[in-house]
Amino acid sequence: MEQINFLIERLPRFLDGAWVTVQLTIGGAALAFVLAMVFGIMGSVGHWLPRAVSTIYVEVFRGIAALVLMFWMAYALPIATGFQLEDRFAAILALGLNVGAYGAEVVRSSINAVAKSQIEATVALNFSWFQRMRLVVVPQAWAQMLPTFGNLVIELMKATAVAYLIGVADLAAVAQQLREATGETVVAYSGALILYYLIAQVLILGMRLLERRANRKLGRIPSGGQGLLSLLRAPTIGTKVGVAK
Amino acid sequence: MSPSDTPENTTAPGVDGDAAGHAANNLIVFDQVVKRFGDLTVLDHLDFGVAPGERVTLIGPSGSGKTTILRLLMTLEKVTEGHIWVDGEPFSHMNKGSGMVPASENYLRARRKRIGMVFQQFNLFPNMSVRKNIMEAPVNVLGLGKDEASQRAEELLELVGLGDKIDAHPTQLSGGQQQRVAIARALAMRPEILLLDEVTSALDPELVAGVLDVLREVAETTDITMLCVTHEMGFARDVSHRVLMFDKGQIAEAGHPDQIFGDPKEERTKSFLKSVLESQ
Amino acid sequence: MNIWDFEWTFEVLPDLLGGLWTTVQITVVAYLMALVLGLVISMARRVPIFGSILHFVMEFIRTTPLVMQLVFVFLLAPSTVSGMTVGVLVLGVHYSAYTAEVYRSGIEGVAKGQWEAARALSLPAHRTWGAIVLPQAIRKVIPALGNYLIAMFKDTPLLFAIGVAELLTEAQRVGSADFRMVEAFTLVGFLFLVVSIPSAILIRRLEKRYVAV
Repeated sequence: MEQINFLIERLPRFLDGAWVTVQLTIGGAALAFVLAMVFGIMGSVGHWLPRAVSTIYVEVFRGIAALVLMFWMAYALPIATGFQLEDRFAAILALGLNVGAYGAEVVRSSINAVAKSQIEATVALNFSWFQRMRLVVVPQAWAQMLPTFGNLVIELMKATAVAYLIGVADLAAVAQQLREATGETVVAYSGALILYYLIAQVLILGMRLLERRANRKLGRIPSGGQGLLSLLRAPTIGTKVGVAK
Repeated sequence: MSPSDTPENTTAPGVDGDAAGHAANNLIVFDQVVKRFGDLTVLDHLDFGVAPGERVTLIGPSGSGKTTILRLLMTLEKVTEGHIWVDGEPFSHMNKGSGMVPASENYLRARRKRIGMVFQQFNLFPNMSVRKNIMEAPVNVLGLGKDEASQRAEELLELVGLGDKIDAHPTQLSGGQQQRVAIARALAMRPEILLLDEVTSALDPELVAGVLDVLREVAETTDITMLCVTHEMGFARDVSHRVLMFDKGQIAEAGHPDQIFGDPKEERTKSFLKSVLESQ
Repeated sequence: MNIWDFEWTFEVLPDLLGGLWTTVQITVVAYLMALVLGLVISMARRVPIFGSILHFVMEFIRTTPLVMQLVFVFLLAPSTVSGMTVGVLVLGVHYSAYTAEVYRSGIEGVAKGQWEAARALSLPAHRTWGAIVLPQAIRKVIPALGNYLIAMFKDTPLLFAIGVAELLTEAQRVGSADFRMVEAFTLVGFLFLVVSIPSAILIRRLEKRYVAV
């Protein structure tokens, strides 16, 4: 009972931290999305140069952990360039670059998976490359990208928690501060973990909504029925598996 | 052995309402069996019996419940209502106290090994050689020694004409060869009852004859009881003692193959046979 | 002051390689744990009720940050338990939540006919699972499992948070001592690439070999 009171009393602080976590997630996801699209599409074109640029980006930023990137942005970059990035911005940059590299691979493979006959049809209609991408290829690849994007967003949200190590006042930082101030390890950390879990559930729900809309646009009727309640059901088998973390 | 020499009664045992069934001289008895999948009734209060050593072919349009009968006997499905008896013992159920309850897994395991099944899609284990496929059950279920099981595998592969493929991998074999291995695998358990579920339906036409020849050989040289679902009417006519024509989960007509194929009484049988002949 | 001091770089390289070696050791042990535990969980999840509870716990583990789990367990553990031990255990359990899903998809991917054939031959459960279902399921998921080895390697810097002397911690230590952060953290990134790029290529080979068959 005492512990529940503790949680309720400190709820505003937890929520402040959670809000920072949400900001990091949204900022990181937005950057990752743009990078994923740009480098993913570059990776799918015929010319070797954009493909090479895409490969280098993907391999470098996928190969280095987000935390290492974050430390580099926070501690090495100011010395190397004289620029001191704001902590939150450094965190978003590191997360976006890292997750964007995973996303670019998803975009590239989804674009390559669009049926060849569809490309041939656009050639027959004399579309420009840009028209072909915008009107035919990307909309079709989109539905295929979304489930994996959903997993990446969850992974990104989880990865934001390392930002407290470079001084960002996120949910993880709140847990640490509360513990140090009160000694209530279990309550401080389980409170934060539950909030992380809830944020993840909201993200999962949102991604399922997006997925359903994308499938409907392509005329694929979503399995598992209609209505908001059906979103609570687990997605089709396999979408959660084999995700690049 | 041709159908006319059968020692068994060629009348259809059990069909005409021997409700308790097990009192008669039947190895397999279906007693008022109902099978539903959701709203769909696949078998509708079905009664029939099969005598020991009898070879019965089940024909009928798809969805008429033929395959479900085999799957119920193999305990791959459970009955919705009614009872199945094998050799006088309840098979779908077991005796408990004064009544009967659905059979437990342990109860079934002890009885199921008397029955073998060959599937439409062969279902060989792709991670095992042909020899291992055949040895697996004799070693682990019957407790045979490895040498004995291996020897049994060799003999059976000779029987199905694949003696040279014993150490091959299933993926290296043609569909017809895989199905012959599957027959050998089922026979390795020395089952009293062999269930054949459209065993040639998944095969390319030129491979069908090889598989049917093996089954003819088995029919002629053993007294194994066979239940066979097939669209190969020539084979059914040669091998079976009795043909059951199914329609809508019930037996529409039953009789000697010469009668069913030569002089069908029921309109449904006539039209079904006509459609099969046209498609072949 | 130069931005990059090569002499210093060579001086600290042994320390960093020591950190990398620790990282590799932790990864290998935790990964083996995740491989075994994930398989156990994927099968335990088939048990009614208990399986549902387990499913929820695994979902919770998968959707909350690893670094929080590390710190939480480290703080709760008796002081005699080293950060290294906590790190291996938490990494192993966290990743088993993922490998369990991989195994599950592999098991579900085994054709229904294989189960039916095993049943038709009256095989006992331990043979059905041990000789037929699992060998086929695991073969199919080897590439997916391999991806998690690389992913886990890239998560080891999180052990910095509980003071384990892995690569990032070592870099932070030597870098801040001499105020050489650029070299220290760039080297960490470089060393990560040296390990993770070749292993990614290796996994892709595995994928071709196992998926093609």
